[in-house]
Amino acid sequence: MAPPAEVLAVRGLSKTFPGVRALDDVDLTLHAGEIHALIGENGAGKSTLIKLLTGVYRPDAGEIVFQGRKVSFATPLEAQKAGISTIYQEVNLIPLLSVARNLFLGREPRNRFGLLDMGRMNREAEQTLSTYGVRVDVRRPLRTLGVGAQQMVALARAVATEARVVVMDEPTSSLEPREVETLFSVIRGLRDAGIAVVYVSHRLDELYAVCSTVTVLRDGRRVHRGRLADLDRLSLVSTMLGRDLGEVREEGLTKFTGEHGAADAEPVLTASDLTVPHKLHGVSLSIRPGEVVGLGGLLGSGRTETAKTIAGALPARSGGVTVAGVPLRAGSTPAAIRAGISLLPEDRKSEGIVPGLSVRENIALAALPRLSRFGLVSEARVDSVVDTFIERLRIKASSPHQKVGELSGGNQQKVLLARWLAMNPKVLLLDEPTRGIDVGAKAEVQKLVDELAADGLGVLLISSDLEELIEGSDRVVVLKDGAVVGELTGDDVTEDKLMRTIAGNDPARDAGKEAAVDG
Amino acid sequence: MTTTNTDVPVTTAGVEPPRDAHPVGSARSERLSALVQQHGALAVLLIVSLVASFSFGSFATGDNISNMATSSAFLAIVALGMTFVIITGGIDLSVGSLFALGGVLAAWGSRHGTLVALLLPLAVCGLIGVVNGLLVARSRLAPFIVTLAAMLGARGLMLALTDEGADTYLIRKGSLLAELGQGSTLGLANPVWITLALFVAGAVVLRRTRFGQHVYAVGGNEDAAALMGAPVARTKILVYALSGLLAGLAGALNAAWLASGVTILGSGMELEAISAVVIGGTLLTGGLGYVSGSLVGVLLLKVIQNVINQIGSLDSSYQQVVSGTFLAVVVVAQTWLGRRRQLM
Repeated sequence: MAPPAEVLAVRGLSKTFPGVRALDDVDLTLHAGEIHALIGENGAGKSTLIKLLTGVYRPDAGEIVFQGRKVSFATPLEAQKAGISTIYQEVNLIPLLSVARNLFLGREPRNRFGLLDMGRMNREAEQTLSTYGVRVDVRRPLRTLGVGAQQMVALARAVATEARVVVMDEPTSSLEPREVETLFSVIRGLRDAGIAVVYVSHRLDELYAVCSTVTVLRDGRRVHRGRLADLDRLSLVSTMLGRDLGEVREEGLTKFTGEHGAADAEPVLTASDLTVPHKLHGVSLSIRPGEVVGLGGLLGSGRTETAKTIAGALPARSGGVTVAGVPLRAGSTPAAIRAGISLLPEDRKSEGIVPGLSVRENIALAALPRLSRFGLVSEARVDSVVDTFIERLRIKASSPHQKVGELSGGNQQKVLLARWLAMNPKVLLLDEPTRGIDVGAKAEVQKLVDELAADGLGVLLISSDLEELIEGSDRVVVLKDGAVVGELTGDDVTEDKLMRTIAGNDPARDAGKEAAVDG
Repeated sequence: MTTTNTDVPVTTAGVEPPRDAHPVGSARSERLSALVQQHGALAVLLIVSLVASFSFGSFATGDNISNMATSSAFLAIVALGMTFVIITGGIDLSVGSLFALGGVLAAWGSRHGTLVALLLPLAVCGLIGVVNGLLVARSRLAPFIVTLAAMLGARGLMLALTDEGADTYLIRKGSLLAELGQGSTLGLANPVWITLALFVAGAVVLRRTRFGQHVYAVGGNEDAAALMGAPVARTKILVYALSGLLAGLAGALNAAWLASGVTILGSGMELEAISAVVIGGTLLTGGLGYVSGSLVGVLLLKVIQNVINQIGSLDSSYQQVVSGTFLAVVVVAQTWLGRRRQLM
């Protein structure tokens, strides 16, 4: 049998954004009926590649050959018309329009007067969707459907536009397990119909369940391509994270100094059985005073969600948080702050700093109620607090009155840290505290985290940087698909063990092996 | 394309179909809240009218009803265009000025015949609408600012035409234009017939044409609409053009009715039209709305106004207090309905 036809060939694709080489000389080939996994950590270039394929961006160099012709799409619509459809992580449909109208938008059947033929539209919509296992009243507004059914409508729409290539960007991130199964059978149906699928996901189980081939991106480069079956999970994770298995034990240096916190102290924070629909499934962890607990896992494993839920920014369906033994009112940020929980968010631009305000104002923002009397702010007290933290955190600003927007990323991060420290927190939740800041500032922030823990704060550290996580944490709790899959303590806190836990090797089997060796 | 090739063979045997993840009895309460959203204003209109006809002998008379209908017609035409704009998530503040400008242009043009008197306001106001649409769609400026500028500009233009309002152009009695505005057919004033015809056409366009689909799609989720292939920019340009066109037409008909181009008319009309549209169940945030609702909204405003006039002892200024209160109640109710839906 002749090999299936090449549908899409990407050669030497590069894209540079100001200051970042997002994609560097990447190749990708897709054949008819191939389900191809595209994986990589945050910033590896996955979404840039997808956006280049689907006409959102235009490449700086390289070419895209689609069905034997060199193409250059100016808009997503052009790509879609040519036969490359994309299904986004968030359902990209019109929630207020009916299911049928969504399915047919832009290609509605019309009667001889040029008016929409609603009868035929509804009939055909029902037929089409039933092949996807969705049986609903198609005249209902789309938003009355569950997320899974909406995802199916998006998929049906994408395929109905005569797609030859369907790109799915984390299609299962909001699906129930049952719905994932249906999605898989639909994807296999597409494969059998000769459609090529690019499947982006961080869930390794899913990749191994449906994908035949894989491309791994790292730092904008393609670092691996091949059959997925030839690569076991551990190698996949190590390829993705860029850690050579043999060298894993000889770790690089960070500014972390190591152990702190008494192992027998009462936990300052206990989170038990936190459940958020689609995001967290019974996450429990505790932090003792002076301890840095790392939260490991791949992107989308629920790390940020865990921190946000603890800080009251995400409402939990069940589970609870106690601070120093006192239960916290769920889903209330003010209550969490009053109880002494401070969250340094992942995206400091949109969730943290106010760039137009001065360093002084930014630091004092959260602490204002504590620094005022009868509703009036005491300027002298603000000054003393601000000066203390500028000195202690070594914030480099021309004066306390400089606008925060003018500072470097590292100093912005320190200002945020100062804002929360001014609240006298008991627990500090740090979500990617060193992302996007330069090496020097990174080291300083790391050192600071160390000092803060030494002062008796409980710290939860989330980081995609494995070195930072390993060396900064006394303990690492590993999440996968919104659940705790392991906890590393003491000498077990190594990159090797962390990657094995993330990759989901059966811990019981590993334990058995070790026991056998010991015996 | 007559057949769709959507039937990718898929075996779902042994796999449960994904049912709604949130079956919280949602179908019924969804239908109920949609019903309230779409027909709430109609229910209130019927109740208010019923109470008024029992309370005031002069309310349900043929004269009073036909007066209300005629005076509603012009605002209704403006509100029709506004409905399209608001469903796309925009706003058009220029319609009051365009209404006045259209009236003056019609009266001025009537010297050159009825055709000029009708086409001139349509051309000028339609063109200003196109400019509004271009600025909103291409320059991505906020509709509020763009149409505010057009509102000021159009009023200036109208004042320039009338020498600061000193000149009033009259429409000759007995001309076709005057007949169009003042005459009646089968017992209903001509402007009322024209309004009804426009609303029927508007409803068909909105619900049964691709353009109508795009209007909803752009307002419902602009980014998704673009990805789904809806011509976002063209749709926006068209709705503002339509709004300008209808405001000009309403102004021209009003001038024909009054037999002159009155320069002081139309200020504040944009806000009245927006109120009527919102009261009629169209979401100010876009994506959901009905032209029939806007007609009901206009009638409701006019009935309230009429009832307060009937009371007589009540200062007519209170009519705005009542309208304003009613608008606030509607918006709060809409928000509440919307939030309930979010939860479902």
